[in-house]
Amino acid sequence: MTDLVIIGGGPAGMSAAISAYENGIKDIVILERDDELGGILRQCIHNGFGLHKFKEELTGPEYAHRYAKKVRDLGINVKLNTMVLDITKDKRVIATNSQEGVFEIQARAIILAMGCRERAKGALNIAGSRPSGIYSAGTAQKLVNVKGYLPGKEIVILGSGDIGLIMARRMTLEGACVKAVCELMPYSSGLARNIEQCLNDFNIPLRLSHTVVELHGRERLEGVTIARVDENRRPIKESYEFIPCDTLLLSCGLIPENELTKGIGAELSSVTNGSVVDQNRETTVSGVFSCGNVLHVHDLVDYVSEEAEIAGKGASEYIKGINKKGASIGITVDGKIRYTVPQIITEKKDVTVYLRVNNVYKNVKINVYDKDRLVLSKKKLKVAPAEMEAVKLSASMLEGVESLKFVLEEEK
Amino acid sequence: MYDVVIIGAGVVGGMIARELSFYNLKICLLEKENDVAMGATKANSAIVHAGFDAKVGSLKAKLNVRGSQMMPQVAKDLGVKYINNGSLVVGFNEEDEKTLESLKERGEANGVEGLKILNREEILKIEPNIGKGVTCGLYAPSGAIICPYDLAVSAIGNAMDNGAELRCNFEVTQIKDLGSHYILRSQDKEISARYIVNCAGIYSDKIAKMVGDDTFCVHPRRGEYLLLDKECGDIISHTIFVTPSKMGKGILVSPTVDGNLLLGPTAVDTEDKGDKSTTVEFFESILDIGRKSVDSIPANKTITSFCGLRSVGSTGDFIINSPVKRYVNVAAIESPGLSSAPAIAEYTCQLLTSIGLSLVKKENPITKRKSMHHFREATLEEKNQMIRENPSYGKIICRCEGVTEGEILDAIRRNPRPTDLDGIKRRTRAQMGRCQGGFCSPYVIELLSRELNIPYEKITKFGGESYVIAKETKK
Repeated sequence: MTDLVIIGGGPAGMSAAISAYENGIKDIVILERDDELGGILRQCIHNGFGLHKFKEELTGPEYAHRYAKKVRDLGINVKLNTMVLDITKDKRVIATNSQEGVFEIQARAIILAMGCRERAKGALNIAGSRPSGIYSAGTAQKLVNVKGYLPGKEIVILGSGDIGLIMARRMTLEGACVKAVCELMPYSSGLARNIEQCLNDFNIPLRLSHTVVELHGRERLEGVTIARVDENRRPIKESYEFIPCDTLLLSCGLIPENELTKGIGAELSSVTNGSVVDQNRETTVSGVFSCGNVLHVHDLVDYVSEEAEIAGKGASEYIKGINKKGASIGITVDGKIRYTVPQIITEKKDVTVYLRVNNVYKNVKINVYDKDRLVLSKKKLKVAPAEMEAVKLSASMLEGVESLKFVLEEEK
Repeated sequence: MYDVVIIGAGVVGGMIARELSFYNLKICLLEKENDVAMGATKANSAIVHAGFDAKVGSLKAKLNVRGSQMMPQVAKDLGVKYINNGSLVVGFNEEDEKTLESLKERGEANGVEGLKILNREEILKIEPNIGKGVTCGLYAPSGAIICPYDLAVSAIGNAMDNGAELRCNFEVTQIKDLGSHYILRSQDKEISARYIVNCAGIYSDKIAKMVGDDTFCVHPRRGEYLLLDKECGDIISHTIFVTPSKMGKGILVSPTVDGNLLLGPTAVDTEDKGDKSTTVEFFESILDIGRKSVDSIPANKTITSFCGLRSVGSTGDFIINSPVKRYVNVAAIESPGLSSAPAIAEYTCQLLTSIGLSLVKKENPITKRKSMHHFREATLEEKNQMIRENPSYGKIICRCEGVTEGEILDAIRRNPRPTDLDGIKRRTRAQMGRCQGGFCSPYVIELLSRELNIPYEKITKFGGESYVIAKETKK
């Protein structure tokens, strides 16, 4: 029996482990499939990490190193090159590695911190041929930053997610020519600072409301046809344009990797593709917690670390048998606000609720209602899908509340 | 000098090579692509048809029924995944029901056993997710599913274990008859052989013309498919066809042996033998068509789409004959070609004997092959034993499909040896899951580069110019 099994040794897993340790749980094991701790940060060699958390600008590996060092210093048990194959409803974790073969750990509590994967080409239904030269942006990042190989020389990027923007700059710095970044939506899904620093600073055109409609080339990619899309995101025939290129990078969204979570039977949200959780990041299966990008996709790693601290503390209380739960306040949204995390509040204490909107809005209020009663109103000059918002609810606000509704109200 | 040269290393050429490799013959399999199973074999419906479609008395009917009977044993011997899931042709009205009745009669005349017409209630008992408009169905208990490239790779591997040779990137451009034997040329390479078997798929008419046979032609028929996530694999358990009409056999919905859900194919005739592109029209219509026969096919669960080219012959039947001496055509092997493949191999060997090839059985031919999936199919105890002996079985490379480094190394070191990324994919399923190689392809490139001792920049996706890396960043 192990008190706490943490699946994934990226920023979420490491931060959760440290938090649980500092809250009194020493019997912890982190299971990591790669050969080092750090997760995707290991390939994010650009800077901009840690501004909130450490008030300084770190690269991904530097940010990861701070946590990895702490995990090591605390003596937390880590199994590297270890892949979890299955988790059962009674919290047995089945994993495999080269030293121990296929083995099983009975856990008291589990923290899910598996991260996410990129939406692949196959899911995008792009017509045309099937040549080489099509990569997800993260795969290209791994090839360039970790393996030291440039996948191509003339690049088109589909999707303006942050990894795509970062890779536009990265490929340019390695001598490739990035011809365009196409974004299906009329706004970018990446952070504003990345558009400035990664595209504008290098004169890389961002083509909003554009998509790739066809791939050309029978062996290596020889070009793509792009098109402008109408308000229903349908390509406009008259706008077809051929761009010669040997590489297409896809940055079309991240999907939390919850295949294991399904095995445990935890309820998943069809909006976030992550678990439904309470304020401690506990899933609908008691003693199973979730944090980081496997819970919902974050834009900043600093927030991942923060969320994992909450999950680590929650798991430590669960293991110690502390149960302060005395409420069941469900949170619903209006659609303009796509989702909140947590989706349910089970303890009347100060809770920060994170949320994401479905479009770019200016001069809005995020209003929180208990039925018709306005509990809280927060003004924002601008909200956008790319940037996560946070709303702080105090314990006193939750008094007498049965359910909450988050509504985005546009000022007339 | 080879006794027999087989042109085309698809499932048909592969099964013939395997059959011939049991005899004392020097055999060579020629393939114009960088790997085996690169034509229609890698992009088809993966179905072992029961045999009620083909016209009574045709070669298609005869070889389909025989092939389908042989398939379970062949699959077992070669360690290829085969599931006898049964098939269902569904109908939507009285006219369809009449068509199903005549299909049943035809099937019985062809020798298909166990055919049965079911009403909607009976169908719902075995397929609860059947489409709302389905009123009747023809049930064929002998229908099955198989992995076609697994079958081809394994058959060719088995043939090679018996001494057959494989030469990839050998596109036959000229054949010369020297009376006692043939010379086959490909650019600056040439080989000689006493007998030729033409299994060149959509190019088989071109090969036939090289020996002076212009009695037939084949043209490609495009077939687009959609493959859905394993999450959707259990929506149905049978292969669901729709009642054939003048417009063709229609779109089928089927589970695959690996647990995905497959929808397709379209049927569009073309002249271009290299056009395997998918179309916007296909993406726009396929789900709606599939949902007529099967309810609740989810959107947004596509993991890939592809197009295959079937070789449609000018005679309407398989063309298996010997128009000139010491030469055999095995051409126009469209559907049910995969189902018929074992029987085609048997039939072709008989034909070769009848035109003078003497077949003397080897003393101890290898007829079985260790499955490419032996590790994943092992028990927990066996797995742990294998990991102790070879720790690379404990290292997962492809997380979506759970493929280990050990399995990839096995594939690289085994006949027929893959030299490109897609070759690894077809043999191990690494890069074939929901992330489509996003995480594992850099590792697979590394393993190929290391094992084959070729630089990263020379690794391709599927041969030719399909390079995956432009250059090293620090060079």
